[in-house]
Amino acid sequence: MSTARSRRGQVVELSIRSRFELLDLVHNAANAILDGAGFDEDARFWLTVAIREAVNNAIKHGNRLDQRKLVRVRFEIAGGELRVRVRDRGRGFKPESLPSPLAAGNLLKGGGRGVYFMRKFMDKVSYVRRRGGANEVCMTKKLPEPGSKRA
Amino acid sequence: MKSKVRKVGEVTVVDLEGKITIGAGDVVLRDTIKELADNGVRKILLNLGEVGYMDSSGVGELVAAYTSIANRGGQLKLLNVTKKIQDLLQITQLLTVFETYDNEAEALASYRS
Repeated sequence: MSTARSRRGQVVELSIRSRFELLDLVHNAANAILDGAGFDEDARFWLTVAIREAVNNAIKHGNRLDQRKLVRVRFEIAGGELRVRVRDRGRGFKPESLPSPLAAGNLLKGGGRGVYFMRKFMDKVSYVRRRGGANEVCMTKKLPEPGSKRA
Repeated sequence: MKSKVRKVGEVTVVDLEGKITIGAGDVVLRDTIKELADNGVRKILLNLGEVGYMDSSGVGELVAAYTSIANRGGQLKLLNVTKKIQDLLQITQLLTVFETYDNEAEALASYRS
């Protein structure tokens, strides 16, 4: 794990192998970073759900559980926002092509709720194809007002 | 995650404890329900009182457990759903699917014979 503080704000970066067992490590780091950024317990619960889903997807769909491939998770706190970028080595996908998990025919499906949770609990979720064959999801959330722990 | 199975009359109660997340808790839940279903159990009450965290895989596994038992003509209901998990089920509109109870005696009495 690396941390840095610059004019642009605070940055914490983690790189993990594509193993679900490492999700708790990301979760615990995210929880500590969110706490330091002023998010209360309730907000941290929902934000860690979104972050776990992004890393789940990177491990499962992006890197297809290939442990030789890394997932990079970058937390940035700057400009009144939390930005979480999760990068994998997958081909990426078209998020607009995902069916709604709330549609009548999908309600009882086993999967398809991860991206929905990310969109629900973050202010903005976007996908970028990076040079060198990396796929990145960027999630942003407005920081709580200074001195008040709130969502 | 840990699971403990106990029989109360005709209903099998599964007490779950821990997180239901991908690669860990979801597998425990899947294996527990599969074993019960394979052994002919059709009335299941999942006690989520000690489950404080769930991801989309956990939610998916709950749905899979529900449909697996319902497709066999059985009933799977939820007991003691914690506030956060209830919120997750609410935003996925699954509270309209699951029967949930806060009281075990009431839950047990709700199963048709």
